[in-house]
Amino acid sequence: MFKIVSKREMAERTVCEFDIVAPDIARKAKPGQFVVIRANETGERIPLTMAGTDTEAGTIKIIFQVVGKTTALLRSFGEGDEITDIIGPLGIPTHVENLGTVICVGGGTGVAVMYPITKAYKEAGNHVIAIIGARTKDLLILEDEMTAASHDLRVTTDDGSYGHHGFVTDVLKQILDERDDVTLVVGIGPVPMMKFLCKMTKEYDVKTMVSLNPIMVDATGMCGACRVSVGGRTRFCCVDGPEFDGHQVDFEELVKRQRAYLTEEKASLDRFTEQNPE
Amino acid sequence: MAEEKPKGKREKVPRQEMAEQKPEDRTRNFNEVPFGYSPEQARLEASRCLQCKKPKCIDGCPVEIDIPGFIQLIHDGDFIGAARKLKEKNSLPAICGRVCPQEDQCEKVCILGKKDEPVAVGRLERFVADWERAQGEIEIPSKDPPTGKRVAVVGSGPAGLTLAGDLIKKGHAVTVFEALHKTGGVLVYGIPEFRLPKAIVQAEVDYLAKLGVEIKVDNVIGRIRTVDELFEEGYHAVFVGIGAGLPLFMGIPGENFCGIYSANEYLTRSNLMKAYLFPEYDTPIARGKNVAVFGAGNVSMDSARTALRLGAEKVRIVYRRSRVEMPARIEEIQRAEEEGVEFHLLTTPTRFFGDDNGWVTGMECIRMELGEPDESGRRRPVPIKGSEFSMECDLAVVAIGAGANPLLPNTTPGLELNKRGYIVADLETGKTTKKGVWAGGDIVTGSATVISAMGAGRQAANCIHDYLMGGGKTWP
Repeated sequence: MFKIVSKREMAERTVCEFDIVAPDIARKAKPGQFVVIRANETGERIPLTMAGTDTEAGTIKIIFQVVGKTTALLRSFGEGDEITDIIGPLGIPTHVENLGTVICVGGGTGVAVMYPITKAYKEAGNHVIAIIGARTKDLLILEDEMTAASHDLRVTTDDGSYGHHGFVTDVLKQILDERDDVTLVVGIGPVPMMKFLCKMTKEYDVKTMVSLNPIMVDATGMCGACRVSVGGRTRFCCVDGPEFDGHQVDFEELVKRQRAYLTEEKASLDRFTEQNPE
Repeated sequence: MAEEKPKGKREKVPRQEMAEQKPEDRTRNFNEVPFGYSPEQARLEASRCLQCKKPKCIDGCPVEIDIPGFIQLIHDGDFIGAARKLKEKNSLPAICGRVCPQEDQCEKVCILGKKDEPVAVGRLERFVADWERAQGEIEIPSKDPPTGKRVAVVGSGPAGLTLAGDLIKKGHAVTVFEALHKTGGVLVYGIPEFRLPKAIVQAEVDYLAKLGVEIKVDNVIGRIRTVDELFEEGYHAVFVGIGAGLPLFMGIPGENFCGIYSANEYLTRSNLMKAYLFPEYDTPIARGKNVAVFGAGNVSMDSARTALRLGAEKVRIVYRRSRVEMPARIEEIQRAEEEGVEFHLLTTPTRFFGDDNGWVTGMECIRMELGEPDESGRRRPVPIKGSEFSMECDLAVVAIGAGANPLLPNTTPGLELNKRGYIVADLETGKTTKKGVWAGGDIVTGSATVISAMGAGRQAANCIHDYLMGGGKTWP
């Protein structure tokens, strides 16, 4: 059992942050890695990204968007409650080195994944430009953290309620037009965003890494639920990823596989909402 | 009291059949198919044993159970005594009685089987273990005094559980690390409830916990801690029994369409995650009406029969060789056939078709013929040119075998692997090329049986004990 020691709700309660006691995981986790959570005895196993760790307190920080039954159930947990299973750290950590200028682009809850990676690139000596975006101002997360983690933070909102009016890719394009010293773009967010971002950076011939979030079950390479096509080869995101060369990823296939259980997910969430009216 | 068996009357007792659920009933539930012997049946079956002076069955058993010994005790009506006799050599009899391929082991060499049918050793083993559990008289054996030595067991499948049981009794402190949230390995994620009820596996694990084995779930060794870190934490020996948990795919176009599962995923969703109880349990599983399963081993039969229970109208096993090469146990093939699974032999898929949402809708197959034997000794299937044809399906399960999961080996320097990624270990002792590390079960041999993994666990336990008691200074 893993105890929740602090809880914070963000983005109009659509995003939730927990600090959870998991000292063994906290000790080993590196930027880019994730955990699998099973909320209770009847729960499913879902991958969630760690937005940070506190080795002294022995805690890990997870940030998740409420999208289905499991995340709705997790949001209903409070400080002092316990999560039945947390497995991790999983996946290959981000390969961080001093490359020069790196642009870290985070969309939606992808910013949570991006935050420790951005911090790591800055600490490795890179000049880090960060771009974060959300649909609207109230859904934007981790602005202060990302300001501290980068040298230059740009903010976008789809509706223009804050920062640049438009998409993260608009700002990325501006920067790529302005400077030719960008060695790496890291893009993490919804699949359509990553797909569009990769298409753009390919035109500029800038290496781009993306962090993928397909459906997983065991997340130790045992089941193959998370298989993704990268450069025409099938890879298991849980053990070969979660980060891949964005120019090689088959996003069409990824988005279809992510939607495989849409009907069941909706039925499950409806059932939960009915049984747990707020 | 043992009755004297009059000579020549043995033939009058036929091999006792177990009562079981009818096919039309059992395909609608996940309950176990056979009900097991009644005490009367067990004694009757036990009376068939010839009590050979030089019993071949013991040699046929990978863990050398005193088979005539426990059968005699059944015949005498001392079922608890029979259970104790079994447990001298086999710590998981309720499991082995169900999933061991007895027809290739003890029963294969049974003298009675030369002219008649062999003694139903597996069914008797199962009866005794179930009897003991039902009586609640599970004996906790005495343990040797503490040795002060600590053993880490990586993986809680049949090899790891056997080894843990052996070493705790010898006075060592044993910790089992399991990557999943439940212990049992393939016994819980792979083998379905209708073949091996999970309560039985849990009872065996509870028994080990009562003996003092520490069990840590949610621990992926290689990630949360490495093998080297286990030594730093004070363990004196490490046993790696992580199984062959890397699903193989066929590498044909369209294999990533939704609705195409590895058998590992399909069975894990249903067994470990209890997706068959969705939405009470949160994990979903695709419920195909028209299902194709590739491969013809036990895992294929398990997948096919699971699909039926999940509401499929048509389930086909598609296998590239012929019936005689099918690796599944005859009993499993028969059960699948009784339940209505169709067999399309000498056939292999060449590509999948899908709809706009990325869901599988069918496949192209090609007919095969058998050519010259390959390295496995089986005749190699060769495609017949121009024999392609289409088959519809809305769910497909790839059950063509498993490989070695590289997660632990890749984070363990000094551990030698063979070219297929399996751990190189001495087959007699389980010793690897790394000091203080043993390995056994499928991660050494490739996919094999529960009992052979248990045998490897037993041998490694003996070697680890000798090593620890010898001070652990020398290697090998």
